[in-house]
Amino acid sequence: MFVAAFMVPASAQDTLPPAPYAYKQLDDPAKEKSAQDLMMTLRCLTCQSQSIADSDAPMAGDMRHQVRQRIEAGEDPEAIRAWLIERYGDWVSYEPQVTAMTWPLFAAPIVLLLIAALLLRKRFGRARAAGDKS
Amino acid sequence: MIAEIALALLWLAAALAVLQLGLGSYALTARGAEFLRAIRPIAVVQGLLVATAFALLIVLFLRTDLSVKLVAANSHSLKPIIYKVAGAWGNHEGSMLLWVTVMGLAGSFVALLERRLNERTMVATLAGQAFVSLGFYAFMLFSSNPFERLNPAPVEGNGLNPLLQDPGLAFHPPTLYIGYVGLSIAFSFAIGALVTRDVGPAFARAMRPWVMGAWIFLTLGITAGSWWAYYELGWGGWWFWDPVENASLMPWLAATALLHSVSVLATRNALKAWTVMLAVVAFSMSMVGTFLVRSGILTSVHAFAVDPERGSFILALLAIYIGGALALFGLRASTVTEGARFHLFSREGALVMNNVLLVGVLGIVLMGTLYPLVTEAFGTKVSVGPPYFNPVSAIFVFPMLIIMAAGPLMRWRSDNGRKLTNLMAAPALAAAAALALVVVFAGDINLLPLLGLVFAAGLAIASVLPLWKRNLRRTPAHIYGMVIAHLGIAVALAGMASESAFNTEKLVASEFGQSHKVGPWNIELQGVKPVAGANWTALEARLVARYGDSNVQTVLAPQSRMFSSPPTATNEAALLTRWNGQLYVVLGEEGEDGRWQLRLWWKPFVPLIWYGGLMIGLGGILALVGRTSRDRRRKDQPEFEPLAEPAEPTPAGGREALA
Amino acid sequence: MKHWAIWLPLALFGVLFAVFASGLIAPGDRTIVSQMIGKPLPDFDLPQAVPDRPAVARADFADGKPKLLNVFASWCVPCVAEAPYLQQLADAGVPIYGVAIRDRSPDVQAFLARNGNPYARIGADDVSKIQFDLGSSGVPETFVIDGKGIIRYQHIGDIRPEHVPMILQKLKEAQ
Repeated sequence: MFVAAFMVPASAQDTLPPAPYAYKQLDDPAKEKSAQDLMMTLRCLTCQSQSIADSDAPMAGDMRHQVRQRIEAGEDPEAIRAWLIERYGDWVSYEPQVTAMTWPLFAAPIVLLLIAALLLRKRFGRARAAGDKS
Repeated sequence: MIAEIALALLWLAAALAVLQLGLGSYALTARGAEFLRAIRPIAVVQGLLVATAFALLIVLFLRTDLSVKLVAANSHSLKPIIYKVAGAWGNHEGSMLLWVTVMGLAGSFVALLERRLNERTMVATLAGQAFVSLGFYAFMLFSSNPFERLNPAPVEGNGLNPLLQDPGLAFHPPTLYIGYVGLSIAFSFAIGALVTRDVGPAFARAMRPWVMGAWIFLTLGITAGSWWAYYELGWGGWWFWDPVENASLMPWLAATALLHSVSVLATRNALKAWTVMLAVVAFSMSMVGTFLVRSGILTSVHAFAVDPERGSFILALLAIYIGGALALFGLRASTVTEGARFHLFSREGALVMNNVLLVGVLGIVLMGTLYPLVTEAFGTKVSVGPPYFNPVSAIFVFPMLIIMAAGPLMRWRSDNGRKLTNLMAAPALAAAAALALVVVFAGDINLLPLLGLVFAAGLAIASVLPLWKRNLRRTPAHIYGMVIAHLGIAVALAGMASESAFNTEKLVASEFGQSHKVGPWNIELQGVKPVAGANWTALEARLVARYGDSNVQTVLAPQSRMFSSPPTATNEAALLTRWNGQLYVVLGEEGEDGRWQLRLWWKPFVPLIWYGGLMIGLGGILALVGRTSRDRRRKDQPEFEPLAEPAEPTPAGGREALA
Repeated sequence: MKHWAIWLPLALFGVLFAVFASGLIAPGDRTIVSQMIGKPLPDFDLPQAVPDRPAVARADFADGKPKLLNVFASWCVPCVAEAPYLQQLADAGVPIYGVAIRDRSPDVQAFLARNGNPYARIGADDVSKIQFDLGSSGVPETFVIDGKGIIRYQHIGDIRPEHVPMILQKLKEAQ
């Protein structure tokens, strides 16, 4: 149910303006796009369950600033993701990394397809044999 | 007094549910056959009683009877009437009462309307429905009584969260909810048919309208929820793979699979065990969804009535009903006779493969949603989001789209593929044309949106092909329903793909009188003024938008709102829709230099997402109406349509089999 | 249809139930813990936040003495609550270096005048950069840094009276 609360508590907020790149795009559209793509996949630290690209929380703004600044400086998006994961753990990235803990996530589609193929083979292997006889 | 009467009615309804279950079970034994006739009236009365109790709850909210705890906690005497009514179900206790009301009324309607099903299966179904209802009656009466009194009564109520005071939000949750709970009927039919070992076309025909009805509500509910998140969140996103969103998607996926397999069972007497299992899975996904939303075990932006204790209760119900049903399935499924045979390359075969792929997507969504819980138990926190769900579900979705395009053009039982190859040339051509157009005009876009656009074009053409060379006037409504629903998928897919491929975003700090270009639009900020609403104040910008070289000016007025209690800030985006897309404008904060933050997006073809969703729902409605009236007319006909031996049937024969 | 696949749904449901039950029995901790514990403090050099305290830089932590690094802000309510206990720690001889997050100098000065000033140095960080460096996700948070500049411990949230001896112990361990 989408009974929801996309709200920013109005109390206990700082009065400082947002970080320079929190709401400002990079001049180079290619760089801005790679920054945007990365920001969509980073989790806001102070929100419930939103990416930093979808949040008005000041800390999400500061994180966007970090991302844009580093992209502008020529850093690779995946290096920035790694930098954040080093500090906050895998939690900060919406893109699960393949680790000892997460490999089942990536094995799941293969296992599902295998089970499906097995069941279909059982069903239609027999059906075909029966069909051929008739 | 009203509250006491309502509570008494609720207890009475619960007692009748006990009777419905107990007497119903006894009636199924050899000695109890004389009681078979008593069960339908009991079910009808039970439904009426609980519905009356729910109506009385709405009355209490309308009268703002503050001596009732639930009213005092969730309402306010000065609220507009629509939110007083919506307040009745916008909380945990009230929504539980809505749950049993929907279950009770569904049971009543089945008891009143369904006449073709074997009476023993009918009684077993109603007993099953009572069994499930009882769990929720117990939950409500013992731990979440909606009619609890408050002594002394407060002078004024707490009011409703201002964010929930939105006409869309007043009706979106109950829409989804009716879909969730409507699947309980499919579940009970499955239990009934397993108990009496009577899984066949009559069972499928009895169940089909309920599955379709629930599915329509789910479709419209999800579409509305996505639209609401899109315009209310202020960042232009329409789907976030948030746990609560996934909780509504999972029952939909299962119901979509069920909808198709139940049709195969009704017309072709095949896929018996599979259909029964899907009916159980669909309702279990509803309960899993309810559990996820209320237990608070996953972090979500859409938290609702979170309470771990309630979570335990729902989990216990889940174990009893779903665990029990799946155990029954394991014991009985082997005694379900194997249905009619068919080749993999046939209409049934296509439906089976699509079913399997839909269940695959369901598995991925379920796994991705719950995986953070699993790793947390081992002390590691992970997040699973769009970068996982999008590509991994695409592995299943794209093959599904191909089968979806071809399936309705194939013959039942066995298809030689000759006609199909000819017919599929058109959609293949459309897909190729779309590919060429995108590559030439859009240049470098990501793989998934590219595939999305190409498949959408192909599917759009393929989905109308079942009407090819048909007498359009004599074509039954449910064929139109299928065509429109499938076309709706293509339309929605095109919208989703364009949204991620062609979005233009512009973030600016603007002075008054300054113009900004976003996509083909020129937007000028003319001013910002304060405005006030009933319980909020806002800053409202005045922006003038011009499309391309056109001189037509349109005024946009996005707001940044502050609610007083509780103190909450929201963004009210301004939207401007053209045939080829939507302009989305959000007003941000004023900078220290006096310039205003603006977020501007041009989103080509994005409304197609929700138009597509509406088409899918509309297709469902047409199919439901068409099927139901057709089934009623055919009461005296044999249980399923015997087909001519399909050795080498004429094309006309294959065509008829479409029905 | 008599084969293993019939019991597959029930088995999967069993797994699902186990996951749900474990989620209910041991609800996960929602705080995001820094992964930087045991790692050296990253390089930083912040400007001065208030006139009467020197600024903070990475180099200030490498003098062989364990210290506390406290991120706070004048707009943060729990920071007011923890001020007296930070003062207790300062009175016990612990050097506390503060970083004011997203704050203005006059506001910080007013905050210190009202709630006391336990800080030996205060840096200003307008873009929360130090928090990303430390793996910190809110204010207030307090880090124990050893004499070589290695992060030893992270305390999330305000320091309450019962935390004071524990933090002193952590400082001792960091000797």
